[in-house]
Amino acid sequence: MKLTGTRRSVSTLSALVCVGAVALSACTTTKTSGSGSGSGGSGPVKIGLVTKTETNPYFVKLRDSAKAAAESKGGTLVALAGKFDGDNEGQVTAIENLVQQGVKGILITPSNSAGVLGAIKQAQDKGVIVIALDTATTPADAVTATYATNNESAGKLIGQYVKARLGSTPPKLVMMDLDPSASVGVQRHNGFLEGMGLPLNTPDVIGSALTQGDQTKAQQAMENLLQRVGGQVNAVYNINEPAARGAYQALKEKGLTGKVIVGAIDGGCQGVQNVKDGQFVATVMQFPKKMAEDGVNAVFDYAKSGKKPSGFIDTGATLITDKPVPGQASKDTAWGAQNCWG
Amino acid sequence: MSTATTTADTGSRSGALRVLFARNPVLGPTAALLVAIIFFSLATSTFANIDNFSFIVQQSIVVGTLALGQTLVILTSGIDLANASIAVFGTLLMTRLTTGHLPGPVALVLAIVACTLVATLSGLLVSRIKLPPFIVTLGMLAVMTAVTNLYSKGTTWPVPSGLLTWLGTSLYLFGRVQFTMGMVIAALLFVLMWFVLAKTGWGRHVYAVGNEPEAARLTGIHIDRTLVSVYAVAGIIYGFAAWMALGRTPTADPNAYQTGNLDSITAVVIGGTSLFGGRGGVVGTVVGALIVAVLRSGLTQMGIDSNYQNLATGVLVIAAVAFDQATRRRSS
Repeated sequence: MKLTGTRRSVSTLSALVCVGAVALSACTTTKTSGSGSGSGGSGPVKIGLVTKTETNPYFVKLRDSAKAAAESKGGTLVALAGKFDGDNEGQVTAIENLVQQGVKGILITPSNSAGVLGAIKQAQDKGVIVIALDTATTPADAVTATYATNNESAGKLIGQYVKARLGSTPPKLVMMDLDPSASVGVQRHNGFLEGMGLPLNTPDVIGSALTQGDQTKAQQAMENLLQRVGGQVNAVYNINEPAARGAYQALKEKGLTGKVIVGAIDGGCQGVQNVKDGQFVATVMQFPKKMAEDGVNAVFDYAKSGKKPSGFIDTGATLITDKPVPGQASKDTAWGAQNCWG
Repeated sequence: MSTATTTADTGSRSGALRVLFARNPVLGPTAALLVAIIFFSLATSTFANIDNFSFIVQQSIVVGTLALGQTLVILTSGIDLANASIAVFGTLLMTRLTTGHLPGPVALVLAIVACTLVATLSGLLVSRIKLPPFIVTLGMLAVMTAVTNLYSKGTTWPVPSGLLTWLGTSLYLFGRVQFTMGMVIAALLFVLMWFVLAKTGWGRHVYAVGNEPEAARLTGIHIDRTLVSVYAVAGIIYGFAAWMALGRTPTADPNAYQTGNLDSITAVVIGGTSLFGGRGGVVGTVVGALIVAVLRSGLTQMGIDSNYQNLATGVLVIAAVAFDQATRRRSS
């Protein structure tokens, strides 16, 4: 160890800096946690929310809605998240932290539907009610209840619409998928094909790509696919609106936008605008605000009366388009703009 | 090295405290850890209790174990960007081999061997072909991520074997203090690595290679062999980290631990191990990993946005490296 026992007052400074960093954060506490989330213990009902990531606008909407709902009822909401989609360890840590803070209930959008089951069980053993939002756990009854979009139905809605728009033209489909590890992607994909009236392994799908729901990746994938399938494609399925924007951009570069039907799922305000501008023929709106509010209300009910919800509660999906087709219910983009992610 | 020791010893004019810190390298990080614990205990009503301390240790062990292997590599003035991807591959291998009806213990051993071989390959590329560790392990990160995605078919695999999740088993001391088998195994690994680094010839060679490779070579140390052995031992440790990860979240997920490599480097650096090699050790790494987990837990319980948590951790990392640089310059 002689070789190492040297020059190491590194430590002294790191100690000082740590104190500094902690102090710095302490200074910010008073500013950021005005809602009194640090108070803990008795008093107002405290609810925890664990999303997949912090930055995805969809989860931001979910978080803001849950926060507003909790505060309107005189409670507080502590929102935590994983670092990236698939960060099970981060979600487990978040659950442990929330239990430690004495929350009455936890609302979670599980990154990997099975990876967080142990932590959920531990929370439940301590009397915390756990409700899934947006994504069900596997098995679904690992949580008390699930408030989510029925993704298969959402896929089916856009599939039916695309089929109607294609009319008698035989479909030549490109599928912009999510990632095979995410059940949401599989359900929407299958729902879409069902809506089109096609079997799962149909030759009508002439190309597909994994986009992770990311605009840049989708654009790149579509550019590459177009090299192969060229002008044949006449309809594009997209797992979400960012993927659809990426696909649209690639089609635009090739001057194919007029010939290809682009359908999306999500119902974000920007996506509704894309429909209004004619970039997408339609999108399917989900209702994260409703998921968040219903979840928060369920925890309050449980805190007050011990009453628990159960099973899968479909928060609905609505087709948004300015060109309705006969026999399929839809809302126009004006309604969509008012209710985006409502 | 002896000059540096003298510098520290004769630094009496800078005060006894400085000498104390210089002679006890983990004192600084340890003091920081204690200050943080005391601060959070006073600032929140939920931080200071035995359950929370148990959680904090449980939250540290996977990244802490990855950081243990990382410490070895960094001591040789290398870096391993592939460690977490190797461990994630290990989790899938363990799980899928067991799903394919191999007995749990066999799958476990095969997966640890596979992790070791992959890391050893990095070591061979670094030592024999003289490629920079940063590049080798960056490439290995991409390779392992791809291999894991292909092998997993992009889906997560539930863990079928009790042995593989055994490290998640909770035990209670005095019927109250919760700890897991993973904590026990992690502690044993740390003690073993501390002993090997501090008390054996191999440990001295590791420090020598990181400090002054040329001088080490002149004293008859086989630099190549030492480097390869360091990556190999790190690989074994990554295999154990994979086992611990399955104990913590009992599914093998190809998307897990995407930031594990950087998190492990953070723990090593905050623990006072020099990124330029030759100085530091595993005790600092344990403390470094705990500092990160304590900050995250404490700041979360104070209701502070996680961006500020990242900010605080980032400041710590930069400060630790800046200080290492400053002391290095002063003593040279």
